[in-house]
Amino acid sequence: MLNYWLYIGIFLVVAVVVPLVAVLLPVLIAPKKPSARKEEVYECGIESKGNVRIQFKSQYYIYALIFLIFDIEVIFLFPWAVALGELPIFAVVEGVIFIAILFAGLIYAMRKGALAWS
Amino acid sequence: MVPIIIFGLSALITLGAALAVVTNKNILHSAFYLVLAFAGVASLYVLLEAPFIAVVQVLIYIGAIAILIVFAIMLTRRIGSDDLIQRNAQWIWAAMGAAGLFLVLGWIVYSVNWPVVTQIVPEDTITILGQELLSTYVIPFEVASVLLLAALVGSIIIGRERE
Amino acid sequence: MADLINLIENWIKNLLLGWGASAGLTGFILQALGSVLVVMVCFAIVIVLIWVERKLAGRLQDRFGPNRAGPYGIFQSFADMIKIFTKEYVTPAGAEKGLYNIAPVLAMASVLAIWAVFPFAVNVIGADIHVGVLYIVAVGAFGILAILMAGWSSNNKYALLGASRSVAMLISYEIPMVIALLVPVLLSHSMKLSVIVEAQEPWFIFVAPLAALIFSISSMAEIGKAPFDLLEAESELVAGYHTEYSGMKFGMFYVAEFLHQFTVGALITIFFLGGWTGPMAVRWPILGVIYFYGKSLFIYLVISWIRLSLPRIRIDEMLDLNWRFLIPVSFVNLVAVAIADRVMMEFTLARWIYVLVMFGMNMFILWAALAIAEKNDQAVEREEFPPRPVAVPPGVDSK
Repeated sequence: MLNYWLYIGIFLVVAVVVPLVAVLLPVLIAPKKPSARKEEVYECGIESKGNVRIQFKSQYYIYALIFLIFDIEVIFLFPWAVALGELPIFAVVEGVIFIAILFAGLIYAMRKGALAWS
Repeated sequence: MVPIIIFGLSALITLGAALAVVTNKNILHSAFYLVLAFAGVASLYVLLEAPFIAVVQVLIYIGAIAILIVFAIMLTRRIGSDDLIQRNAQWIWAAMGAAGLFLVLGWIVYSVNWPVVTQIVPEDTITILGQELLSTYVIPFEVASVLLLAALVGSIIIGRERE
Repeated sequence: MADLINLIENWIKNLLLGWGASAGLTGFILQALGSVLVVMVCFAIVIVLIWVERKLAGRLQDRFGPNRAGPYGIFQSFADMIKIFTKEYVTPAGAEKGLYNIAPVLAMASVLAIWAVFPFAVNVIGADIHVGVLYIVAVGAFGILAILMAGWSSNNKYALLGASRSVAMLISYEIPMVIALLVPVLLSHSMKLSVIVEAQEPWFIFVAPLAALIFSISSMAEIGKAPFDLLEAESELVAGYHTEYSGMKFGMFYVAEFLHQFTVGALITIFFLGGWTGPMAVRWPILGVIYFYGKSLFIYLVISWIRLSLPRIRIDEMLDLNWRFLIPVSFVNLVAVAIADRVMMEFTLARWIYVLVMFGMNMFILWAALAIAEKNDQAVEREEFPPRPVAVPPGVDSK
């Protein structure tokens, strides 16, 4: 069991190292001629004005919150889906109730217009 | 031998990243160090042969909560671009409190005679988890759904009031 | 001879053991070799795919595509590669160097990491873990983080705006994707990818076509290419989160995008098209590997075809499609499949009846969902604008 995870660990290291080498290689062979003009922020030729880190719409935050809630729901549903075959038929109903409660939440969110891009 | 090395590395990464979270001056960098700490904790779960919890740790904490934190930082005006001081006048007391707590916990871990499970961890823990969740713990399972619904409604109400 | 891959594996194993390496070290070296091989194959595939994609795009749009470097331009990718490796890095002023440099590597690594758990053939399986499906979803989270890092650290308004828009899109579309993934898990009663592949008699695309459709649509959104490429809407957002990246750092995002599309092809293959299964695949595992990559390539080309044919969707329409259509439909589909599967388990039915009922039910849900969506769409009041006057030359009567 842990053997598989060792493979995943090695794989993750390889998956980081190979792109890292690819990114570092041009440092050795590519030309380097930095200049202030070149390093200016690209805004289609117009000079950049004001602070870059502007304040964001709260809409993004609501999407992230709703995503978090549905993510947690899905985590509960995966063991349900795996074990369904070995459970009594009533377990389906339990899972359906679980989904239905959150589905009501989704419909509430839709009715309140929280999901619409404004 | 290998598990011990990996445990040491993960513990080091987790603690180092956690320390960076509280000492870093840029709050957004703190958020990304927090991701590293979460990843370290996930690898500890793997070593405990609890892969489901490990994957959930990555999925929920890195995939959702970290993004939520970053969005929250972006929502607050100009906080991310300025260097801010993360300490206040009482940091020394807080550090002492934390050290005290660490000593107490360490003493408990060391002194208690923990029961050692001799039985091997079953291969397929998820089926067992699902069976338990839907038979013995079916009420908490359904209550979790209601809790999530409450969180959903709450987040929508808070989000709407801000506009 | 029948089992070429294990033959080579055993040969290396015996060679290492013969040199006096311990069993643990041998296993470690074999695992390292395996992962390097898989990663290298991924890179090699991308080099070929870039040419295939450009040629295909050219032919579909009535152009030639690359046709200068070598016959049919097959060396175009290599020429591009040499060029991009010798390109200067331009780091924008005011960028946060650390995050700025980590982001492209992380973007690539998060796509590569998915390949750690894939079953390539009956006995050539990466890590056959019990939480395979969730692992795939979980490592994708690092890709989202990479986009946020790139957008934030570039010190560019367009990059930041592009990053937050694409993250909002990615996290929204992850919900229907994961719910659609629950259906193959439910049908095979396992999250192990090897079990899911072997449970597909027939392929799950016939048992759960709606889940396959939802998974494909939401995965296409996750790739972030057309028709969901609004982060690259040049007139609005320049090039999205990687506006300020140059040289190989941009190249990593680009390669990650290509590989992600191929990975989605592989995922659809595993979950809905039977993975490595095919005629003689059990006896000749090497055939399984060929089937797996072949099916993935086929899905890749279909996705390319779709994205080369469709125009870009506006962000509000795209989020509406997700929250008002895909998520409700995927929930209804999940519940229906769960009930039907469990109820039919009580009776011993022939497999073809089971498949027929499932297929019919899926089609009915799809039809009903489309009908409801169309009805709602007509109910939405649209602002009508009078036709605008068009500039006409003087003396001509404008109609």
